[in-house]
Amino acid sequence: MNNVTIIRPKKTFSWNDLKEIWQYKELLYFFTWRDFKVRYKQTAIGVLWAIFQPFMTMVIFSVFFGTLLKIPSDNIPYPIFVYTGLLFWQFFSSALSETSNVLISNQSIITKVYFPRLILPLSSVATKFVDFAISAAILVGMMFYYGYAPHLIGLIIIPLLLLVTFMAAVGGGLFLASINVKYRDVRYVLPFFIQILLFITPVIYPASIAGKYSWILAFNPMTGVIQNARAALLGTAPVNWILISISFAVCAVLLIVGVIYFKKVERYFADVV
Amino acid sequence: MEQSIISIKNLGKKYNIAHQRGRYIALRDILANILRSPFKFAKHKAKQIVGLETKEEFWALRNINLEVNKGDIVGIIGANGAGKSTLLKILTGITPPTEGEIIMRGKVASLLEVGTGFHPELTGRENIFLNGAILGMSKKEISRKFDEIVAFSGIEKFLDTPVKYYSSGMYVRLAFSVAAHMEPDILLVDEVLAVGDAEFQKKCLGKMEEVTKKEGRTILFVSHNMGAIQRLCQKTILLEKGKVKMFGKTEEVVNHYIDNTNSRATEAHWEKEHAPGDSVAILHSARVVDENHNKIPFATANKKIGIEFIYEILKNGYTPIPNIHIFTMSGERAFMSHEEFNEKLGTAGKHRATMWIPENLLNEGTYIAGIVLSTMTPLTIHFSQQDALMFNVIEDIINSRKLDFNQKIPGVVRPRLKWENIQI
Repeated sequence: MNNVTIIRPKKTFSWNDLKEIWQYKELLYFFTWRDFKVRYKQTAIGVLWAIFQPFMTMVIFSVFFGTLLKIPSDNIPYPIFVYTGLLFWQFFSSALSETSNVLISNQSIITKVYFPRLILPLSSVATKFVDFAISAAILVGMMFYYGYAPHLIGLIIIPLLLLVTFMAAVGGGLFLASINVKYRDVRYVLPFFIQILLFITPVIYPASIAGKYSWILAFNPMTGVIQNARAALLGTAPVNWILISISFAVCAVLLIVGVIYFKKVERYFADVV
Repeated sequence: MEQSIISIKNLGKKYNIAHQRGRYIALRDILANILRSPFKFAKHKAKQIVGLETKEEFWALRNINLEVNKGDIVGIIGANGAGKSTLLKILTGITPPTEGEIIMRGKVASLLEVGTGFHPELTGRENIFLNGAILGMSKKEISRKFDEIVAFSGIEKFLDTPVKYYSSGMYVRLAFSVAAHMEPDILLVDEVLAVGDAEFQKKCLGKMEEVTKKEGRTILFVSHNMGAIQRLCQKTILLEKGKVKMFGKTEEVVNHYIDNTNSRATEAHWEKEHAPGDSVAILHSARVVDENHNKIPFATANKKIGIEFIYEILKNGYTPIPNIHIFTMSGERAFMSHEEFNEKLGTAGKHRATMWIPENLLNEGTYIAGIVLSTMTPLTIHFSQQDALMFNVIEDIINSRKLDFNQKIPGVVRPRLKWENIQI
């Protein structure tokens, strides 16, 4: 007979976990589908909100930071400069905050049914990715309007940048989600943390503004992502492979630590949530 | 000999008392502790690191050894806290055991609650797919059975209405229909039949029986309802304080259980750490009282009986409605009653709810009172203490209306009804 289930006291991590996630891929799809579907229920303009928010942020930032404060933007129009940054930034920040809360918001399911818990954070990042894809349409429109064509190499590294963002959001999110199960302080700290992070990430200003100290910014993985996204799409500078490598390494470590910690805490989720 | 489909060896589950309840710890509390008694905290931490600390441990289950054969429907009974739900949660994989091993040979599905993961904003159609996926069905499987599920639930007309507009009956019907169409080899069921109307319950029991006989499905069924256990299960496990007290023919086990549970009292208290409840409300105490709210050791049939409980609302924003369910000893529900909806029910603070059973309603006998606090929208059960109280109703010999009839009047109730008699 196939399908033998063996239950033993849980170990921290095994490769079977990854296989299990693959078995449950349909559930991953359904959770993503649910989150997306539910979010815009009973709203008048529905999914347009996914576009409206980054668009309005871009307009306001352009007026205040671009036109009034005259923040340098590496010699490209400020709106498209800031929108490129915002696009990746919002994907990262919304995925991070959603992931950190995912165990709490699904506690009624966690305590009643078994499935690999990693599915939940993965699905919330996937939902945010759909938002990203929708609001990316505006960027494409702006590139036409301002007459920018991406380098061929740019199109190649965009998936890589998304992967880095994904790792950063999931890695950090898993860590926060695990803490959140026991200490709800995360709920209050995180919005504040994200706000601060926005200012130490070159979203509204170019990294070059920091002058000789700009290397400090490199430790922030989103710096590498946003700078290179601009380099690749708008040709502000040549693609900085060193910066990408640093970001990739930082995020890979973050992801591994996040997963290990999550698996360690996972065994008592259902008892504590 | 055929291998047993479920074999459990030396299973044990330990909880640390401090972690047992669901209430969360704020970092603030820990910081406050450090400031208040830094020395004690340091000592505690040091002990924890060295491993000397004597943690308060609690074995919810210990040394469980069971073999279940293919095609058996096995009931699991026992008082609250005996470890029934913990056993089921370990079997489903929701929480891992501390020691021991379980081997299950076949596809396992669990039903610890009907409508797990139902989302109020989604339509009936959408929820069938979502709930099915959560219960472990594949998309193809759900599509194939979709029409059957809808037909079984009888809610065709409302398929494209968000379930938040459903009545609670419709909600349960739909949820149960999805669950009834799972096709596992092993099905683990918790007290889910307690909801829904009697007719639908029967339909579900029938469906469960049917598939078990036809397809040889193995079912583990936790319930307080001795009637359902007796009807469905050939074998029954009696758990007591985390151990298997008895495992054998249902009739013998149920009788043993009923004979030995009369020790429960007409009053119950729960310590704050172990109190039933969630983040919205918790249960403090419950008791059987007379008309002056004085606790009584037993009730008298021709006097008013009050069942009251004290609970605390911790959070505004819900309107939890107290309801009490009265069961007979065989597990049949005599009746349930709930308070009328009222904004004041949701006010934070302590509440005392009393349900008055009029004189001359309950017949003499032993009854179990289940105490529940639930909010209707969104349907949330804050606590559900299925056998919170147990009380005897006796006849007052002197003022009895039994006349010379020297035996127990048959029936669960013996109301004094209005009669008419005209000579024609």
